[in-house]
Amino acid sequence: MSQDMSDDKLPQAHGAGEGHGDVAAADNPFADPGLPPHEPRRTDIDERAAKRAERQVSLLFIVSMLATVGFIASYVAIDPSKIVYVFPLGHINALNFALGMTLGVALFCIGAGAVHWARTLMSDVEIADDRHAIEADDDVRADVIQKFKTGAAESGFGRRKMIRNTLIGSMALVPLSGVVLLRDLGPLPEEKLDVTGWKEATPTNPIRLINMNTNLPMKAEDIGVGSLTFAKPGPSALRPGGLQESDEDFQEAIATDALMLVRLQPTDIKDPQSAALGFEGVLAYSKICTHVGCPISLYEQQTHHALCPCHQSTFDLSDGARVIFGPAGHPLPQLKITTDASGYLIATQDFTLPVGPSFWERNA
Amino acid sequence: MSSSASAKTAAPASTRAKPANKAEAAADYLDGRLGIYSLAKSNLRKIFPDHWSFMLGEICLYTFIIIILTGVYLTLFFKPSMGEVVYNGSYAPLNGIRMSEAYASTLNISFEVRGGLLIRQIHHWAAIVFVAAMFVHMMRVFFTGAFRKPREINWIFGFLLLFLGFFDGFLGYSLPDDLLSGTGIRFMEGAILAVPLVGTYIAMFLFGGQFPGTDIVPRFFTIHVLLIPGVMLGLLVAHLILVFYHKHTQWAGPGRTEKNVVGMPLMPVYMAKAGGFFFLVFGIIAAMSAIASVNPVWAYGPYRPDQVSTDAQPDWYMGFAEGLIRVMPGWEIRAWGHTLNLGVFIPLMLFPLVLLMIAVYPFIEAWITGDKREHHILDRPRNAPVRTALGAAWISLYLVLLSGGGNDLIATHFHLSLNDITYFVRVGSFVVPVIVYFVTKRWCLGLQRRDKDKVLHGRETGVIKRLPHGEFIEVHAQLPQDKLHTLTAHEQYEPVELPAEVDENGVARKVGLMTKTRAKLSEGYFGEHGQIPKPTAEEHQEITSGHGHH
Repeated sequence: MSQDMSDDKLPQAHGAGEGHGDVAAADNPFADPGLPPHEPRRTDIDERAAKRAERQVSLLFIVSMLATVGFIASYVAIDPSKIVYVFPLGHINALNFALGMTLGVALFCIGAGAVHWARTLMSDVEIADDRHAIEADDDVRADVIQKFKTGAAESGFGRRKMIRNTLIGSMALVPLSGVVLLRDLGPLPEEKLDVTGWKEATPTNPIRLINMNTNLPMKAEDIGVGSLTFAKPGPSALRPGGLQESDEDFQEAIATDALMLVRLQPTDIKDPQSAALGFEGVLAYSKICTHVGCPISLYEQQTHHALCPCHQSTFDLSDGARVIFGPAGHPLPQLKITTDASGYLIATQDFTLPVGPSFWERNA
Repeated sequence: MSSSASAKTAAPASTRAKPANKAEAAADYLDGRLGIYSLAKSNLRKIFPDHWSFMLGEICLYTFIIIILTGVYLTLFFKPSMGEVVYNGSYAPLNGIRMSEAYASTLNISFEVRGGLLIRQIHHWAAIVFVAAMFVHMMRVFFTGAFRKPREINWIFGFLLLFLGFFDGFLGYSLPDDLLSGTGIRFMEGAILAVPLVGTYIAMFLFGGQFPGTDIVPRFFTIHVLLIPGVMLGLLVAHLILVFYHKHTQWAGPGRTEKNVVGMPLMPVYMAKAGGFFFLVFGIIAAMSAIASVNPVWAYGPYRPDQVSTDAQPDWYMGFAEGLIRVMPGWEIRAWGHTLNLGVFIPLMLFPLVLLMIAVYPFIEAWITGDKREHHILDRPRNAPVRTALGAAWISLYLVLLSGGGNDLIATHFHLSLNDITYFVRVGSFVVPVIVYFVTKRWCLGLQRRDKDKVLHGRETGVIKRLPHGEFIEVHAQLPQDKLHTLTAHEQYEPVELPAEVDENGVARKVGLMTKTRAKLSEGYFGEHGQIPKPTAEEHQEITSGHGHH
């Protein structure tokens, strides 16, 4: 592609024949005058200045030593829970402050001393060193290629095709063992992402909604209009005590089962389907954001908007949790709820849609 | 055989001079086994040029060492386990709370281990500085053209270090299993789920089952302390070997050519300066960790998937990815029983692509210039206007996305509408880089004109003279030769031209699309709108030969 483009558009190599037109190199005003002469520093010519610099460097090293002693003393003497007031930082942990400052000074002074030493007392005469081209010359190149060809010919790799092909085959297959070994990293997804802990709920064996804060079942009237109440599943056949923090799989369960209950005036609910899934204006939505799974925790009671604090997806809870702003791609799933004979809120079936972020197999 | 006879003869005397002292003897011993003299011959007095911007890479190296040192200390106390414990320690507000051992041991490091909080904070501060320094170092290399031949591969090594640094930082602040870090991991799970076909499988295999499971912290721990740092150490050593092998770049100036390197020797000046600089960096980070708290995990509480704090933010370097995910519209395609979550998948793909844009740039520029020579003299950013403008545009894209990642903080601190900021970032991601490109290019061309003016007409002396006929002029003084040389030392390419439509035999020539594209780009880079022709010696002679000032 570039062979038909001339390379003579490249500028002259720097340093090789200063190509400034017709002006002779001698009177070229832009010619390289060469390295400027060395300008001595004060410490180069004044022995007293050099002595002073020497004392300054040593002083820095001495301060470093003292700071290290201070570090050890602080470590031994200061109680780790002691809080002190340090202006302008405020009330801070005394030990952390003392250790950090003494270590900082001990290290900084070594560095400052070394740099000061280099700048004042070591020679600052600039030296020019030659560069050599990175690429080898043509003789070396030809020699290496010849050696490689000899080696390749002696191996017979190109000539003995059967050996070559079987070697390639075996080398290609052998890493598969490593891949297979990764299989037990985790289970297959199967239906795991489609269901939640509420799947145990049936019309004959409903599950009560338990208030996350009080750990008690709730009646519809316990939920105030305009507030957001968080709930978890109550006792079921699988979990006779209901979902408890002490359960071994509490984290996995709450990551899918967490509910967000809101009570609206029935007339405010715009989506009749959503109203039908609720009970007397109490609607139970999944608390897990459909964007990337943060729990939704902010609620604006005037507008019925729920906001995810992570990426600001905003859902209209009066309209089937429709996404009205932000990066979420679909509404929050809603759990069908009703009440049992004692008036407690119950679920009689699982969410009809998977909770949480979208995934490839999600069928909706 | 005479072997029995010769076996009795004494070992032949060494031709080497007798060592003058014990140190020389020790060096002789090592040289006989390791060949240290040949190694030291070219390196002991190796010349390094001096410029403040060459320290940026050193900061990266030193913070990496600090991270390794403090990281090893933290592993002595940190328990990478998600086994549940009830906290009972000296941080009273969390007493009696259930949490993972990872979180409990992080609290233990912060409150019971003396100096543990300091080391944890040094580790975290050093990581923040490490990524920032790599970023600025990369920008230095970019804007000065130090990535040109022979350093393209070292540029890639550096880029991989930056990319791995991002990930290791993310993994690191995920380990304490506090509410904030758990939220970050949840975000990662959601992003993985958005991958078509295999997303759910990757998520299940990574977490060992359903989120969060009990595997993720120990798995992240191994990746964070062994796998990624191991790879990074290898890349770092290769990066440094190449810096030594290529010898450092230098700025144009009197006595400095493409064939030499001018500066001061490794021993003693750079051993003292660079060695001392390690202690300066370490000292400053230690002092920072004494006075500024970073990631106060005790304030967040243990992770629970149904709880979150507001203003959840990643470390700064992940901020642009956060911006991508926040401002992307929630596009989802649902068809044939499947969901394609473009609202998350596109940002997930853009994250590496934004970084890759800068990584491949050296190869694109090399293709456009067609220049196969080595370059050791740095470009001043103004003398490569298109490159500088592209780099500035890239930085502006990064910053616009970063502000998208902090849209909630900007909204609350500056009392702005969060929605407006998000809409601005959506549009700004496309518009701002274009504006920045044109402004920067014009700026560079302006600076080139000023340089040309200074070379041809000298510098302004501040002396105002009144001419006999009443005109006021400012006296200009000629620049000394070293300044003239420095300002005119840069090379200027000419745009490549398309080959003639017909070849020498009158046969129509086919010009490929790539050839045409290259010619167009070359015109943009080096055509009349891409650079100001630098002054020639003839122009200078004509003006200075005595026709006075105009």
